[in-house]
Amino acid sequence: MIYPSPLDHQAHQAVAETAVAARANADEGASRTLWGDAFGRLKKNKLAVVAAIWILFIILVAATADLWVPQTLGDPNATGANMAAESRLPPSLEHPFGTDTLGRDVLSRVIYGARISLTVGVVATGISTIIGLVMGAIAAYYGGIWDTIIMRLADIFLAFPYTLFVVAMIAVIGNGIQNVFIAIGILGWPSIARVFRSAILSVKENDYVDAARAMGASDVRIVARHIFPNSVASIVVYATMNIGGAILTESALSFLGMGVVPPDPSWGTLIQSGQQYLQTEPWLMILPGLAILSTVLAFTLLGDGLRDALDVKMKDA
Amino acid sequence: MADKEPLLKVEHLSKEFPAESGMLMSRFAKKVSAVNDISFEIYPGETLGLVGESGCGKSTTGRSIMRLTRPTAGHVYFEGRDVATMSHKELKSLRREMQFIFQDPYASLNPRMTIGEIISEPLQIHGDGRTAAERNKYVRELLDVVGLNPEHINRYPHEFSGGQRQRIGIARAFALHPKLIICDEPVSALDVSIQAQVLNLLKDLQKQFGTAYLFIAHDLSVVQHISDRIAVMYLGKIVELSDWKSLYAEPFHPYTQSLLSAAPIPDPDLMNTRRRIILAGDPPSPIDPPTGCRFHTRCPIAKARCSSEQPEFRQVEPGHFCACHFAEPFPIKESSVEL
Repeated sequence: MIYPSPLDHQAHQAVAETAVAARANADEGASRTLWGDAFGRLKKNKLAVVAAIWILFIILVAATADLWVPQTLGDPNATGANMAAESRLPPSLEHPFGTDTLGRDVLSRVIYGARISLTVGVVATGISTIIGLVMGAIAAYYGGIWDTIIMRLADIFLAFPYTLFVVAMIAVIGNGIQNVFIAIGILGWPSIARVFRSAILSVKENDYVDAARAMGASDVRIVARHIFPNSVASIVVYATMNIGGAILTESALSFLGMGVVPPDPSWGTLIQSGQQYLQTEPWLMILPGLAILSTVLAFTLLGDGLRDALDVKMKDA
Repeated sequence: MADKEPLLKVEHLSKEFPAESGMLMSRFAKKVSAVNDISFEIYPGETLGLVGESGCGKSTTGRSIMRLTRPTAGHVYFEGRDVATMSHKELKSLRREMQFIFQDPYASLNPRMTIGEIISEPLQIHGDGRTAAERNKYVRELLDVVGLNPEHINRYPHEFSGGQRQRIGIARAFALHPKLIICDEPVSALDVSIQAQVLNLLKDLQKQFGTAYLFIAHDLSVVQHISDRIAVMYLGKIVELSDWKSLYAEPFHPYTQSLLSAAPIPDPDLMNTRRRIILAGDPPSPIDPPTGCRFHTRCPIAKARCSSEQPEFRQVEPGHFCACHFAEPFPIKESSVEL
């Protein structure tokens, strides 16, 4: 020995022993998958579980409404002869949240409104996610001039007040459900693109991407096997939260009379039609307001829970 | 050694990085000279240790050889073929022969893949002609060879410790039986006791497969343990290259001498009495390296000539190269440890 080193013969023997011991200690058995792990962590987050149950409940109620909402409570789109008699009734056993100006049951309007509001939230988020993923991926992979162009474009989009931008767009293309999808969807891409771009850029720095390159893996393989699976978590989180945001934007638009057109019930139009009776018949607004509040909150909490659950480094602590 | 054909021949390799990404002034932007005109050879089955302090260009050298970054100048010949000018197709076949082991066992394994998938990925990429079942069997054998339980083939990296993960990385590097593996500080992220295990594993595998290593490290005792020859780098240049015995016994370059005199010894009496060469100041910035000999600003024996004239990388003894105008063997026997 010239220089002291931890690596003498004794160490070598100890190595052999510890290696054997390590093997003996290691428990056998099926391994858990990462997504399975994430689900396990999500289950421990009570707020996220409550939020997920609430969202599932709303979806279930909205999807099955035709089967069990009693049509005798008033056809949600009806304007019958008994309209005047049933107009703006206070809450009763028959109408738990009263009736609206046209004698329609508020509860069933809110249930049917869930269909439209949820659809707007999901579809609009879907549109912005697809655009955002493509733009973010191009910016991050190709870098250079593409990165500059796309990111500056995103900056320009983000520089305008979002709601005003959506309103302006609706004013140009006209209102109606499809146009609400399009306006919210198209204008929502810049933030998704940014999130995805930064996720890719940080994943790209990892040694396992270099390892794949050193192995001779093709670009497609590196993206599909290494980069995408490791950057998609942030998008799942962001998209979940974005659904709540899109529902909120739709409500705001409908409230301004620029979104879903009556008699189609969306939560925003329900609030809008109830707002003038706020002081005398507040039940017209309370239920749709609560529906928006609870659903948007649920999506945000679920997104929060997902973020914690999908973080690989945060193990079962 | 000299009579054999080198496996890898690095000639005048340089790598510069732009220091500021000036959009308009890019032509005048400053450059970091990470690696500057270095040359060395690696022979089949040997281990060349590459030591130096942080930021001296060790890792950049390794990455340039693999063409994970493109060298700015110079050539890297692997079995006579120039890596720097290879086409994509040639590069892919090269990567069968040359593999990389990374420093960070946490960042080098994809957390979304099982270790079975990780280790068999190079086999898939290069189409080894095995069926899925044969591949599974082979990966299990490899796990056994590197000292892991083959039953853990379906586990994910986060279920393993740092040392175990490094073994996974080693199994992946050996999957195709490459001729050369570049080990970029493979043990510096591990505990000392685990370092010993991993180093011994690397040695055993080398004996078994006849693989050559370029072993990058900053720890002299680690390098000494594994290397046949050692190259010392300072600020992007190789200052001394020799077989490990003569380098540790008779270092010529004042930088090597000071490095060796700084290595700790587990004997307090010796530690207190030995002569230490303490270098003044910090390493100069590679953006603006000193003229002449890059070490002259901190060198205890520097003279006027050193700041104007770059020292030649010359042979001072058979097989012992040194880049210093005034290089002479350092009486390390008196000063540090008994031989």
